Amino acid sequence: MRRYTRTLGRLWSASLFAEMEYRTNFVVAALNGIGTLAGTIFTLSLFYRDGFLIGGWVWTQALFIIGCFTFLDGFQAAFLGPNFQRFSEYIREGTLDFVLLKPIDSQFFVSFRNLSLWGIPNLVLGPLLILYAGFRNDPPVPLVDYLVGALALGLGTVMLYAMGFFLVTFTIWFVKLWNITIALQSIIQAGRYPISSYPPAYRFVLTYLVPVLFLTTVPAEAFSGRSETVWILGAAGLATGLLLACRLFYLFALRSYTSASS
Amino acid sequence: MPIIQVNHLAKHFQVAEKGTGWRRTLRHFFRRQYRTVEAVRGIDFSIEPGEIVGFLGPNGAGKTTTLKMLSGLIHPTAGSVEVAGYRPFDRRREFLFQITLVMGQKQQLIWDLPARDSLRVNAAIYEIPDRVAKERVDALAGLLDMEENLTKPVRKLSLGERMKAELIAALLHHPQVLFLDEPTLGLDVNAQTTVREFLRTYCSRTGATILLTSHYMADVTALCERVLVIDEGALKYDGSLEGIREQFAPYREVKLELGQELDREDFERFGEVESVEGRVVRLLVQRETLAESVQQLMGAFEVLDLTVSDPPVEEVMGRIFQNGSS
Repeated sequence: MRRYTRTLGRLWSASLFAEMEYRTNFVVAALNGIGTLAGTIFTLSLFYRDGFLIGGWVWTQALFIIGCFTFLDGFQAAFLGPNFQRFSEYIREGTLDFVLLKPIDSQFFVSFRNLSLWGIPNLVLGPLLILYAGFRNDPPVPLVDYLVGALALGLGTVMLYAMGFFLVTFTIWFVKLWNITIALQSIIQAGRYPISSYPPAYRFVLTYLVPVLFLTTVPAEAFSGRSETVWILGAAGLATGLLLACRLFYLFALRSYTSASS
Repeated sequence: MPIIQVNHLAKHFQVAEKGTGWRRTLRHFFRRQYRTVEAVRGIDFSIEPGEIVGFLGPNGAGKTTTLKMLSGLIHPTAGSVEVAGYRPFDRRREFLFQITLVMGQKQQLIWDLPARDSLRVNAAIYEIPDRVAKERVDALAGLLDMEENLTKPVRKLSLGERMKAELIAALLHHPQVLFLDEPTLGLDVNAQTTVREFLRTYCSRTGATILLTSHYMADVTALCERVLVIDEGALKYDGSLEGIREQFAPYREVKLELGQELDREDFERFGEVESVEGRVVRLLVQRETLAESVQQLMGAFEVLDLTVSDPPVEEVMGRIFQNGSS
């Protein structure tokens, strides 16, 4: 375990050192994150100003959704995006060879090798917004709901990772699948609003086919003290299943890895 | 006991084939046609600990595919491989600690950062304490004359410096088995010499085993006493470098200095005429008819000087690859 944390620390330091070669990047990333968040809050506030409820959710509960969405968006931008794009390069250029030759879990390495500064503002802003919404809620959110909500959001993060990694594994056969990060962003975007605000057909798809429900709505319900145990257990079961599926699928795909010619 | 044991090893690939033009491109898009390529066809060999073995063959002969199977990157289609007591494609942690693969055309170092940052990552992965890692890096960098260059971003290094840094990264964990795929590719003569000397020193100090592919015969003649020759996926030769001449060059070179200039046709009945430059003629003559041919040459022409020698290994290998060894 210590080896993994030490390696991760050095990989992320190296990623940050590399990005700090280009200083304006971080400033632009921070401004972009704040701007996007402000835009989302402003749009929602226009609805709520006239007493309109989205999917039956009140203002502070909607802020929980945006907080969860912002966090997942940050996670996508900080980890999934850069690492999954790099995965295509590993396959196309054959440099996955060097990963596979190292005595470290290759799935772990390719999933978390890079850390992009672009995602960090949202990774921080998301939880801050959740904390703020909790204080504004009437009554304020108790600690236990924060903990259950954090657990649900953690499970949602695992699901997002597992779905993304499952998709990116296809690269081993098809080589060029750069649009996977766009598909992932679309999944996250669908979680920007409560599932109950979507028409029934969409709700079915976003619950059972692409489990967006579990990414933002279930955690937001947990933060607002409205969650049912069955949903949290369901989220835990689904996250475990998806993680296991993506792991087995990756190991299966590696058998077909041919390594680009040198 | 061999450190590398290969039995009936084979690898077949499915390769999509595509013609040119719109019609064929569309057909390729909707209905791909595949062809099976037998990259490696049932080869057998074994290598003892501490040996430095050259792995030779023309482009596409199956060298790199074999190295990838030996290092566990790809699964064999048939046959068995054992390296340091492990099945490579299981990629056991203990196995990966004992091997390394250096590829002249691929790099593992982080492009935008100094090589030392990549080496720190490798040290963490291989569980090398910082103090030990520093000692090893300094020692390896000293041998390669790279002390000054490890703090420069990799993108600012020359090709030769980059390859030296790649070697340090590949050897930081002191592997016992080195698979080197064209490690001197594109390097200038000085850098090639440095890398060769470095590899020789590394092996003599650590007792490591090397399987080396290179298109530069100088690499092979400088480092390897034994060579494996592979062509079209089949092993054509396994033995000493000198033995290649016996098997693939059953002829000797006869150099004549004549009293007068003559035409090429005059010598063709004695052997294969390599060159005619003024009064100097070079012939390749079969070993079994050498004595008789020399006697006839002496009688037929005014010979001022005559020397008989073995053709250089480089030339023999060139002929093998050019004509196919079968």
